[in-house]
Order: sequence, then structure tokens, then C-alpha cells
Amino acid sequence: MGKKVVVKIMVMLFLSAMMLTVSCAKKSVETDPSAGIQQGSQDGLSAEEIARQKALEEERLREEALRKALAAEKEKFEMEDIYFDFDSSELVPDARNLLKEKADFLTRNSGLTVTIEGHCDERGTTEYNLALGERRAMAAKRFLQDLGIAEFRLNTISYGEERPAVQGNDESAWSKNRRAHFVIR
Amino acid sequence: MILNHIKKMGIMVQKINTKFMAALNSCGFFILCGLLYVMALFPAVVMAQHAYININDPLMRKIPVAIPLFKSFTGNEQEVTLGKNAVDIMSSALDFTGYLSVLDKASFIENPATKGITGADINYKNWTVIGADLLITGGIVEQNGAVRLELRLFDSFKESLLIGKVYTGNKEDIKSMVYRFCAEISLLLTGKMGVFGSKIAFVSTVKGNKEIFTCDFDGGNVSRVTNFNSITISPAWSSDGNYIAFTSYAKGNPDLYIRDVRTNRDAVVSKKGLNITPAWIPGQFALAATLSFSGDQDIYIVSGTGAVKSQLTNSMGIDVSPAFSPDGTQFAFVSKRSGNPQIYIGDTGSGSARRLTFEGNYNTSPAWSPDGDKIAYVGVVKNSINIYVIGVNGGGPTQLTSGQGDNEDPSWSPDGNLIAFSSTRQGASRIFVMTSTGSDQRPLFTFGGSQTDPMWSSAFGNK
Repeated sequence: MGKKVVVKIMVMLFLSAMMLTVSCAKKSVETDPSAGIQQGSQDGLSAEEIARQKALEEERLREEALRKALAAEKEKFEMEDIYFDFDSSELVPDARNLLKEKADFLTRNSGLTVTIEGHCDERGTTEYNLALGERRAMAAKRFLQDLGIAEFRLNTISYGEERPAVQGNDESAWSKNRRAHFVIR
Repeated sequence: MILNHIKKMGIMVQKINTKFMAALNSCGFFILCGLLYVMALFPAVVMAQHAYININDPLMRKIPVAIPLFKSFTGNEQEVTLGKNAVDIMSSALDFTGYLSVLDKASFIENPATKGITGADINYKNWTVIGADLLITGGIVEQNGAVRLELRLFDSFKESLLIGKVYTGNKEDIKSMVYRFCAEISLLLTGKMGVFGSKIAFVSTVKGNKEIFTCDFDGGNVSRVTNFNSITISPAWSSDGNYIAFTSYAKGNPDLYIRDVRTNRDAVVSKKGLNITPAWIPGQFALAATLSFSGDQDIYIVSGTGAVKSQLTNSMGIDVSPAFSPDGTQFAFVSKRSGNPQIYIGDTGSGSARRLTFEGNYNTSPAWSPDGDKIAYVGVVKNSINIYVIGVNGGGPTQLTSGQGDNEDPSWSPDGNLIAFSSTRQGASRIFVMTSTGSDQRPLFTFGGSQTDPMWSSAFGNK
């Protein structure tokens, strides 16, 4: 009896698979003729057809503009680091303002996840700076979380003093290297 | 102690008077594995109580030593070359100690290589007149790759033999034989076996990536350990020298690697967050490291196979860079619990800690001296990065480097006479060595890229 049921199920599965194949084939048959018309009668387009194509083009342009705007926003998001004082992982007012902008961006683009990199200037010890860099990344992460960004969207990693943004042995270089950097994944 | 080390390294050492018969019984085995045994030429003249040198005296005068060419007994070309090599290795090794100065051979009046190498052959006046307090003579026999090396140390003022040894082995063992004799000299003069045979692990850049390397104690024999093309830092030797722990970003995250240097196999600790700053517990197959999987950077004990065992520190904020006392009962570490990085001393059993450094607002990188009484560390004062030493129970701090670049990453030699560190005084960071009082600062070797983070092994390789 068990065998009979199995056979019945297999037959049904086979039939439904066949139907799917047929319907797919039918669809492609439907779309093919329209493509043929466009190619075959270029100088005899109807007004409706022209309007339809213009609308399509406008839509395409709008999407492209949005894409470009998003790309620019993403670039800005990744370009703008937040900076810290020496041996500190405290968020200064400028850093907080920038993080609010970043939170806004992340709220509008809820599909994005981010890695926050913590960095240090070259002064002090490699090992201690690994820990300090992590605390900087964590401080930025907690602030974004407080502004409503879900934790799973925010990864952190510390590079300590291993990946300076700017080479140099003075305060102007150091201040640019004491940073949290944001990378969209 | 040293016998144990040597046995671990797989090379047999026999005192011929006590264990000669055993050696003979397993002669075939010895020939296969490269026999290196030693015998005392004479009952050792006991000089142990005679303090030739106080290495902790900053005004210590270097003892001049003459090392004339060794006598070649059969005169074959191979033998002569080996003898010259042995003299060079010995001269370089003894010069490296910082308490001996090897005299220029041009000033020598007498030539033991032709005149003879025993006490009866020596006219001590010929050595005292050129200022040689100590004289080392050597004789070598080489036959089909087997070597017999006879070495003697004389006090030329007292006209007496201090040490006499015969080393027998393969010609490849010549360096080890010389180092063993140097260790005997060190023991006699300072009461310690010295650095001979120890190694230094360090970090060097290769095409912009940081990799782990090792070299001999004197900077020779540089060899690459890792090839991750990533950021690989913080090497730490196990007491037996069989493992090097380090941190690498090889898989993206700063993970802790425990490498068996005999097999090149790694155990990896890859918790969320940091897995950094490893330090082996002396004599144990376990280490301490900073992990941050809890969200806070604390020091934990990790087994040699990479299992997290227990937590050593538990304060909010940064705790990094553990460094154990020689007996393992205490550990120095860096903590930000007071607001800026300072050195603390923790109790390995209870975890309770006390603050050690109070001068300055940035003190890191502690290294516990092998004698157990001092801690070397890095202090940053007005953007000047220098090495300091402070007593574990008060005393100091004493500044050892000043006015010459950034000086970081101190690491004690196994005998406590020397401190390796990194310095930018010549531009790119290089590994330097100085005595424990800060004298005799010199680069260890020249090598492409930049080098940081030297970590001295125990004298395990002292075979």
C-alpha cells in the first residue's frame, strides 16, 4: 500500500513539473512577438508606443539618478571618518554629529551592513593600540545602536596603528589616524 | 638544567668520566644522530666564588680576552677552515656579551697554533704585556667529518687554567661546541650560562606586510617563520622553545596562533573581537592573552592547544600585554583602569592587582627580568618613546634610552644581562641590543624593511 502512495505522489510531481515547463514555454512565446514588432516597423510607431517608450526612458533616468545619488551617499559614508583625541575612545561632538548623519543614512538604507574599523596613531604601543582601536570602533557602534541601528548590521574590527590613513610623524598626521573608518559590506 | 635542555633538543651530552660507558654502549645510535659530547680536560679549577664581573655595575670595565688561532693537529684543509670558523664564532659571541672585549689579533706576540695550547706551552708575559686578562686557546682535529675540539680558558695574570673542555661531534656541531664553551665562560665570570644558543623572534615588514622572523642571539641566521601576507605581530616563545605564539589577521580578524615550530602546525584561538598579546606561563604549556569576546578587553589563560581556560583580569577597560614573573606566580600587564595606560602587577592565583608605575601617563610593554626583581617597559613622555626599568618592589624608574628616535618593545636576554628593543634612531625601525644598565646600545643586524617587537627565547638552543 505504501508503495502505491509513493508512486501516486511521484506521478503528481511529474505532471506538475510538466505543467510548469509548458507555462514557461508559453510565456516566452508571448514576449517574442512584441520584440519582433519593434524591430520590424521602426518608422511606423504609434503615439502610444512612443509615449510608452519615453516613460520607460524617464523611469530609467530616474533610477540611474537614484543609483548615482546612493553611490555618492555611500562614498560619502565611507569617506568620512570620525576622529578621536589621543589615548581616548570618547566620542567628541563632531564625531557625534557625523554619526547621526551615518545613522540617518543607515536607517534609509536598511539593507546595508557596515564594518567599523578602529584605528590609532603610531605613538604608543602596537599591542595597547589594538585594544584602543577596538574601543573606538565599539564606541561608534554603540552610538549607532542607540540611534536605532540594529546590532547585526554593525561589525567592528581594530587595526590599532597598523593601517594609518596618513603617513607622517606630527600631530597633523596623528590626528587623521586616530579614527573610526566605516566600510559598507 | 642545561643537560635537560640539550636532551630535549635531541643532542646527547655525556660527561666522559661519569657516563662514558653508557655512551660506548649506544655508540651506533650516537653516530647516527650526531654525537656531541664533552669532557673536562682537568678537574675544573673552582672559581665559582671568584666574582670576576658584576654585570649590574654600570661602570663595569670590559675584560680584554685574546683568542689566537686554534691549533690544527693534522693540518688538513678542512680542519684549518673549521678552526678559523670556530675562532670567528667565538670572537663574535664573546664580543656580543657586552662584558668582554676581544683583542685585535695583530697585537699578539705568541702563536699557540704553532707553539702549543696547553698551560705548559704558554708564556703568560706575552699575553699580559698586550693587556689580555684572559686567554683562550683551541686545538682541532677533523677526520671524515668527525671533529674533536679542545678549548682552554686561562687567567694570564694568575697564570692559571680556568676552564678546559674537549668537545666531540660532527663538523656541523662546531657552532654548538663553541657556544657551549662560551656558556662555561659566562657561568664562571657571571654565574649564569648566558645567551649562547638562544634565539630572538621579531616582526619584519615584507612588501608592506608584517611577518614573524627569528635569528640567533647575535643577529645571525635570520629566518622567516610566517608567510601570511597579512598583519602578523607579537611573537612569544614557549619556555622550551618549541612553540611561538603570535597574532595574525591572516583570516581577517586578529586571531591568536600557537605554532609548533618543529612541525609548523598552528592551533588557532579565533574568538569574536581581539585575540592578542600572548605570553607563555614559564614552564607550562599554557599562555595568557587578551581576548575581547565579552565586549571588554581582559586577560585570559589559554591552553597550548588553544582552549580558553580561565580569566585573569576583570576590570572595565583595556587590560593587555601580560608578562609573567620567572616563577609564574605573578604577571605584569598594562591596564587603563586608572584612566591612562599604566603597568600593574597581578597575582596569577587570585587575580588581585596593584599599580606599579606612577610617573608619566603612558607606560606600556612590560617585560619581567629573568632575575625576577625588575620590569623593563616603555614610557611615552612628550611624544618621546623610551625604555625604562623599575624595581618590582620599588626602586626607580631608571631611563635606559634617550634622545635617539622611538625606543620600544623591550625583551630581556635569558641571562638578564641584555635587553633587546626596537628603535627608529637610524630611520626605519631596527632591532637593537643594550646591556641591562643601558650601556652598549647597538643594532643587532641590518635587514631590509623595518623590524619591531623582538622577543628573546630562553637558552634552549644552548646545545
